[in-house]
Amino acid sequence: MAEISMTVNGRKVTGTVEDRTLLVHFLRENQGLTGTHVGCDTSQCGACVVHLDGKAVKSCTMLAAQASGSQVLTIEGLAESGELHPVQAAFKEHHGLQCGFCTPGMIMAAVDMIRRHPQGLDEKTVRAELEGNICRCTGYHNIVKAVLAASEAMSGKAKAA
Amino acid sequence: MSSGELEIGVEPTESFLLTTHYSLLTTSLIDLEEENPMHQTTYHRASSVSEAVKLLNDADDGKYVAGGQTLIPTMKQRLAAPSDLVDLRHIADLKGIEVSGDKVKIGAAATHAEVAENAALAKACPAFCHLAAHIGDPHVRHMGTVGGSIANNDPAADYPAALLALAATVHTNKREISADDFFVDLFETALEDDEIITAVSLTVPEKAGYGKFPNPASRYALTGVFVARRADGVRAAVTGAGENGVFRAEAIEKALSSSFDASALDGVTIPADGLMTDIHASAEYRANLIAVMAKRAVQAANG
Repeated sequence: MAEISMTVNGRKVTGTVEDRTLLVHFLRENQGLTGTHVGCDTSQCGACVVHLDGKAVKSCTMLAAQASGSQVLTIEGLAESGELHPVQAAFKEHHGLQCGFCTPGMIMAAVDMIRRHPQGLDEKTVRAELEGNICRCTGYHNIVKAVLAASEAMSGKAKAA
Repeated sequence: MSSGELEIGVEPTESFLLTTHYSLLTTSLIDLEEENPMHQTTYHRASSVSEAVKLLNDADDGKYVAGGQTLIPTMKQRLAAPSDLVDLRHIADLKGIEVSGDKVKIGAAATHAEVAENAALAKACPAFCHLAAHIGDPHVRHMGTVGGSIANNDPAADYPAALLALAATVHTNKREISADDFFVDLFETALEDDEIITAVSLTVPEKAGYGKFPNPASRYALTGVFVARRADGVRAAVTGAGENGVFRAEAIEKALSSSFDASALDGVTIPADGLMTDIHASAEYRANLIAVMAKRAVQAANG
């Protein structure tokens, strides 16, 4: 068994887990954070994307023990003071989801994408950057629209500030 | 089979390749009775290369893990079941990318994202950054490392083509190995069981380019060609196509040596002998792709 500790959504957590426990299962089962989904479980669909030390990773493709000592951000940690994160708000506004299963991973991927492209995004870049996230409902069109809108809103906000 | 850093522990058969790249289809076959698909293992985190070697040698059947983007999925499919995992990701000596004049040295634990985004490297050898930026997807690139990729020596991985074409050197905790000697066969390298890649180094080429036809599902190279022009000649290395993994394409090197232009490859044909046939493409199709990707690589190099 592995004794692990990490910061999840700003909160210090500890746990004793089997060494083979995946990060996604630690989050869902030990921490009750079921917003992070397991889709394909083969590192392809991106429903399990969380941020590890500020970078998007697939939480089904790493052990919880590998993440020990790190800062983890999940979909539950995104909204502040009860107000949706700009990316969450944009997905709602632009109907960037239908069944919603891929949405937490999509949003975490989008937040990471926008962080890495402070100069702004275009449609081609967004579509290429969504390579690691699969949606089987929307055809991606409204997801792309939502990400572009969020990118614009966030850079506008940054300029105003 | 001699072992690599992330050796997968099974004979590398075609069916294994299919499972790796088409794992979506096969996961449901995993024993559903057992809650966790992965066998038990013991995790260790090394803070130095010497500590990592000791941890591995103390283990029954241990494996090094770097980014784990191949090894963890492989363990989940029960195609590998190491008794112990020795994590190399936190070893400071393995990190960093140095560009000094025409010399480049990339720490083995540099992630694909770090390679893709490195400004000095982008200036020295943009083709290398381009290659790194097209491995897998953004999330995989945040974890996967140069060292892990070449130690695994997947026959459809991207870095082996770059390293072979650039006549790179693989540095380990024991020695320096030329790329020519490093890549031995499918999933097989010159590494010994407990040997750790510490860095790769290369001399900046005059020109270089990478042409890749990605498998639309996995983004592994269905066929990829890296071409490099150096003072001592042109080298072209092919990944994703060879039955024995990455190899140099002599016909392409010869044609480009007389004229480093895509038109020099008009009429150059590649024999299908020794190329892979699988559900994605026949050997003949891959042979044609080699010529096409080589042209694109040269165009990129000259662009």
